[in-house]
This record gives sequence, C-alpha cells and structure tokens, in this order.
Amino acid sequence: MDQFAVKVFVRLRPSVLDPAGEATKSASIKLGAEGIKSLRIGKMIELKIEGNGENEVREKIDLLCDRLFANTVIEDYEYSLAKL
Amino acid sequence: MENFTVGVVVFPGSNCDRDVSWALEGCLEIRTKYLWHESSDLSDVDAIVLPGGFSYGDYLRCGAIARFSPLINALDEFVKSGKRVLGICNGFQILTESGFLPGALVANKNLNFICDDVELDIVSSKGGWFYNRDEKQTIKLPIAHGEGRYYCDSDTLKKLVDNELIALRYKNNPNGSSFDIAGITNEQGNVLGLMPHPERACDKAIGGTDGLFTLKSLILK
Repeated sequence: MDQFAVKVFVRLRPSVLDPAGEATKSASIKLGAEGIKSLRIGKMIELKIEGNGENEVREKIDLLCDRLFANTVIEDYEYSLAKL
Repeated sequence: MENFTVGVVVFPGSNCDRDVSWALEGCLEIRTKYLWHESSDLSDVDAIVLPGGFSYGDYLRCGAIARFSPLINALDEFVKSGKRVLGICNGFQILTESGFLPGALVANKNLNFICDDVELDIVSSKGGWFYNRDEKQTIKLPIAHGEGRYYCDSDTLKKLVDNELIALRYKNNPNGSSFDIAGITNEQGNVLGLMPHPERACDKAIGGTDGLFTLKSLILK
C-alpha cells in the first residue's frame, strides 16, 4: 500500500458572489494594502490516504471532492497529491 | 385523516423540530412523530418535515453532512412514491445538498444573520402548498438565517420559471437570492423547500397565521 498526502482546494465558482471575500478585501484596503484587484476565500482540506498506487487514490479523491468536499453547483475544486 | 402522521426529522443540531411539532399538533391537530436521523424506517409516517437548525453543526456546508444520514438515504424512495416532504430553512439546505431540489443556498449577501418578518409573493401553488387566488397574493412569514441566499445557474433558473417550480419570491430581497427566490418545489410538486419558517406563523398570539396553510397541506395526497 502506498500512502499519499493530499491537499484539496475548494473555491466558489467565479459566477458566485463571495461576500466574505469582499468584506476581507475592504478590510485589506483599510489596513493600507494597495493594489488588491480581487480577493476570494476558499477552503483547503488536507488528508492522508492509503491505496494501491496513484490511480486508485485519485479515483477516491475524485469521489470525495465531487460528492462531499465541494458542492459543484457553487464550487470548483482541484487537488495536489504527494507520495509519502 | 385521523391516523395521518407527519414525521419530523431530528438531526444533531436541529432546533426547530419542537416548533414544527407544536404547530402541527397544537394548531392543526395533526399527529407527529420524531424521526431520529439514523432511522431509515419511514413506513409509519405519511409525510415528512425537515426542520430548521444547524444539522451536524453546518460543518463543511449547511446540509452537507446531513445528506449522508440513513434517513436521507431512505428519503429517495419516499419522495418517488409521491409522499410529501417539506424542508424548512436548514431542511431546504439539506434538500438542495442531497439533490432533491436544484440550486444551492450560500451566505447572505450582507453576511448578516437575518432574523425578520418578510413579505412573500406566492408565485406558484404547484403541489397545493400555498393558497393561490387568481390575483397576486402576498403572505408574511419569519426568516432566520445566515446562509439563505438561493443560487442557481441561468439554465436552472429558466427551468424553474418555465416549469412553475418557484413557489415564493421575496418582495424585498433580504439576502441577495437569485430572482428573489425564497422557496421552490420539485417537478412533481411533492417536495417543497423554503427559507421562511411557516411553523413560526401559526398562531395570532405570536404574530401571524400565514404559515398554517402550508403546514396543513402536508396532509394532501
């Protein structure tokens, strides 16, 4: 069995308004940071997972992302994977 | 109708289950039964309410974890048999997360938790959930949510409009919902999801009775 460290990034789709991102952008400007053109907030999920090779693990991660980690009506996801 | 029983689902974190039960039993004399989320036996209930609250702490996304409970798994067959399911607030979020209704509910545009009475236009009474005369009718119901902004893509919105699946629209959109949507039904009309709380508007003493009709319609075939 191989073990992998996986980082999943979940982001609101570009068409979905992100009010928390907007509020944070506004606070960033108040802090004095100039030049911020956009700011959007997502989630990062870290997991360690075992499986027989990368392909099998990717299948599991795809299922998890599509059915649980992200709601694809409003969110996109991507992930990176490193063998431990 | 004497034996008609409405199942009120209780998730860890539900907090409107007692209110729904009180409104049905106390105001409408409809028998209720609490259904723990781990139960998958729906054989002795005739309709189901998914009440408001914060199921599973709203972890990950509102309604996302509740979707995997044994009860929600059993709900598919219940809905296909034509029995009625009403999702209120968190219940609406669960119905969209689990795919019984299209779209999703996301954080209010102004990021506030909004607790208020709102005026709503009845757009469609598909499924008989609302009393709809020929002229446009407005009702007033309380809302209480932080993540009630209805979102769907433009194709889905067109489908909702074309098939008369939009049940309620806010008169003064409080949360930024697409097309002012406050409640929708499935195509068969036996599943209704709405952000406002009809169970909190069932007695004049607490501010109104506009919610009675919807709760009463749970007993329709």
